[in-house]
Amino acid sequence: MSDITSSSFVRQDLLNERPAPVKTTGFIGLVRTRLFNSPTNILLTIVGALLLWFTIIPSVKFLMVDAVWTGKDRTACLAENAGFAVGACWPYIQAKLPQLIYGFYPEAERWRVNLTLVLAVVLLLPLLIPRLPSKGLNAGLFFVAFPVVAFFLLHGGGIKGFGLSWTADLLQLFDDSIIGAGQALLSLGKTSAVAPLLWVVGNFIVLLGTAIYWLIFPLTWLRDQLQGTGQSVWADFAITAAIVSLIAFVLGGGVRTGGRALASSIATFVAIAIVIKLMGLDHGGLPIVQTNLWGGLLVTLVVSVTGIVTSLPIGIALALGRRSTIPLIRIFSIAFIEFWRGVPLITVLFFATYMLPLFLPGNFTVDGLVRALIGISLFTGAYQAENVRGGLAAIPRGQGEAAAALGLSWWKTTSLIVLPQALRHVIPNLVNSFISLFKDTSLVSIVALFDLLGSLRASFSDPKWSSPSTAFTGFAFAGIIYFIFCFGMSRYSLFVEHRLNAHRRN
Amino acid sequence: MSTEARKPPPQIALKIRRVLGGKTGWNGIAVQFAFAAVLGWIAYEIVSNARANLENQHIAAGFGFLGNNAGFDVNQTLISYTGSDTFLRVFLVGLLNTLVVSVVGIVFATVIGFIVALCRLSPNWLLSRVGEIYVEIIRNLPVLFQILFWYLAVLAALPNPRQSISLLGIAFVSNRGLVIPRPIGESGFEVFVAVLALGIVASLALRIYARRALFQRGQMIRIWPYVLGLLFGLPLVTMLVSGLPFTFELPQLKGFNFAGGSRIIPEFVALTLALSTYTAAFIAEIVRAGILSVHSGQMEAGSSLGLSRGTTLRLVVVPQAMRVIVPPLTNQYLNLTKNSSLAVAIGYPDLVSVFAGTSLSQTGQAIEIIAMTMGVYLLISLITSAVMSVYGWRVSRSLGA
Repeated sequence: MSDITSSSFVRQDLLNERPAPVKTTGFIGLVRTRLFNSPTNILLTIVGALLLWFTIIPSVKFLMVDAVWTGKDRTACLAENAGFAVGACWPYIQAKLPQLIYGFYPEAERWRVNLTLVLAVVLLLPLLIPRLPSKGLNAGLFFVAFPVVAFFLLHGGGIKGFGLSWTADLLQLFDDSIIGAGQALLSLGKTSAVAPLLWVVGNFIVLLGTAIYWLIFPLTWLRDQLQGTGQSVWADFAITAAIVSLIAFVLGGGVRTGGRALASSIATFVAIAIVIKLMGLDHGGLPIVQTNLWGGLLVTLVVSVTGIVTSLPIGIALALGRRSTIPLIRIFSIAFIEFWRGVPLITVLFFATYMLPLFLPGNFTVDGLVRALIGISLFTGAYQAENVRGGLAAIPRGQGEAAAALGLSWWKTTSLIVLPQALRHVIPNLVNSFISLFKDTSLVSIVALFDLLGSLRASFSDPKWSSPSTAFTGFAFAGIIYFIFCFGMSRYSLFVEHRLNAHRRN
Repeated sequence: MSTEARKPPPQIALKIRRVLGGKTGWNGIAVQFAFAAVLGWIAYEIVSNARANLENQHIAAGFGFLGNNAGFDVNQTLISYTGSDTFLRVFLVGLLNTLVVSVVGIVFATVIGFIVALCRLSPNWLLSRVGEIYVEIIRNLPVLFQILFWYLAVLAALPNPRQSISLLGIAFVSNRGLVIPRPIGESGFEVFVAVLALGIVASLALRIYARRALFQRGQMIRIWPYVLGLLFGLPLVTMLVSGLPFTFELPQLKGFNFAGGSRIIPEFVALTLALSTYTAAFIAEIVRAGILSVHSGQMEAGSSLGLSRGTTLRLVVVPQAMRVIVPPLTNQYLNLTKNSSLAVAIGYPDLVSVFAGTSLSQTGQAIEIIAMTMGVYLLISLITSAVMSVYGWRVSRSLGA
């Protein structure tokens, strides 16, 4: 066995050190591998740099460098007074800021808008952070309690009765229309060919209406008694609270397990009582601000939040209807969804503004903002229905079958097993719908409501501030606001998507 | 000895129950009756209220108003129209304007969208960032905002016709719109068009022949020189023989405005710009997702077969990506068509603007006019979705085969 070093095929001296490999990480590496690695890429880099040069530099110059920051009126933003080519005219935004945010909302009452916004943020933030507990209570507060409180805060006004009176009024209205329909059929029966049939059906309906009248008589009688007393709201409130708590107690399982339901019912009513007392709803509430005075960002946010809150239940109901096996309900849901999805939102708003008033009784007028809200809710509801349907389709059949095997009813299967899973699946899609809803709220400016874009457009026509850069400044400001909201929502949707797909990552 | 299996009982009552009431049976039928009663009651209320309201406002229901004189002018018409034409004519004018802006918007949106998608997919870091910035900014601003921005800020800031920006001396941009040369047909026009059509048909036939040769005999035929000759050479020869097919009428500045040429109104320019750039951002995301959805192994397999990068893209990647791209792409085209109704905000005379806007305020026939307008859009989207479901059925069939 000879020494290995003496073998002729073994190299005797060390190799020269090779140069260090080309760096492919960090900024230098990036420049080398993805910007200047081939002639084509160098060309593309130059094209990209030129594009950025001709967009970013003028924008920054317009918004910051050449901008005018102080001034009283348009003269400050004219090139001959400033002495240079004027960019953005920020004093114009400063002067118009209240109009862009509140519209013509009375100045003394603007604290109400601010308070509503603060409330919304305080309720919304914990809902968006997945780590924080008690999502159910939080969602209930945001989606049910907050809209009611916000209505009384923003619009003002008080209440005359409470649950009992409202139920009695609603039932009486329903009953009246049943009797009216029956009588219409009877009067139609005098001239028609199928008179006996109409007579029978009409009489049956009138009889049904009369029966309902006597059935609800105790309620209406109690309401009339309450209206006579001085403290009608509080008496009504007490009776409603007692009845609802009793029902909750009995449904919750009586003496054995009903304590929990009773406690939460009482807690809810105590909270409602505090709100009523704080806002003075029992004696007129806050001064009323008509919706035609609302404007700016306030209207944009009101329309989008109402759209979000109302479209979700509509969407869930339509999605369940579309998957129902009952033919008529399925056909109705499909037709409803496809109709609203097939037409542009602007025609929906025209429909709500010009056609809806014709469909309501003559003495019944609907506020312009409410009309737009109805149109937007139906429109967005149809889109949400398709999102929710996607989630429902993603739930394996076994889930529903297992629930059925446990003896759960359809309602319980849907509300406890299927829907919670389905909705979790489609949160990103729902948020994306909310983004397009937020953008679409700008369309209400076409039907004479002054949202952020509408107020902006109105402010352009103010001769006090008309200058060459006014329009660009206004659009820059509104664009930044829209961008912040939409971009924030889209990032949040990405975050949720990432979280939901955590098990699929490797 | 075997006994025949007994036939199952017909169970006619059960079948009827299943058809009428779904899985829930008689309960379902009861629910349907209650539902139908509520719907009928709502319909009755709507009809009776509408009738009473119309009577109060002295409006005659029905479509008779379509034959009345409109009495207002429209500033862009594709078919001849004067103020003394009927409302039906207004409807057609508006519909054609909507279709024109949609088609032009769709063409531009597709081109811009594909370019931006290619930018985003480019290995060049800077270019892909530029594409990303474009998509994020455009997608997160309302489309109405963008329409108004182009119309009120950018186009309004353009100079007046006297100081208009000249594009090579043949087209002029000013705050009154874009003026371009107008082609005027000459004597050789018919021959030219006929030869051009012949060239197109011949090149299509050539392509079909070449593909058949490739698939059946494995024979590669290079057809592009012939196609080039057919599409450009042949018309050029005809032009030399029979004279120019058309001449251009150049716009001339006369006084305060342009004479000659055709004018594209600024509303159209603003609307097309905003709609195509807005939709392009969505199309870019769809195209990018479609191309990324093709497994990277496909590209590697193509290059290991010796195909070049371009050929692999053209023959392997894009056909597979198209299956993913086409359905959402049609959806975006439909969205663009529906968004073109925002023309009403800047006064471009589209269907919503001239029919649901001006005609509605002149006649007060809200129900008929809005129903007709909604019907048009509904028809367009239902036809598109029918075509798309046929497409989806064909794709799934070809995948299964």
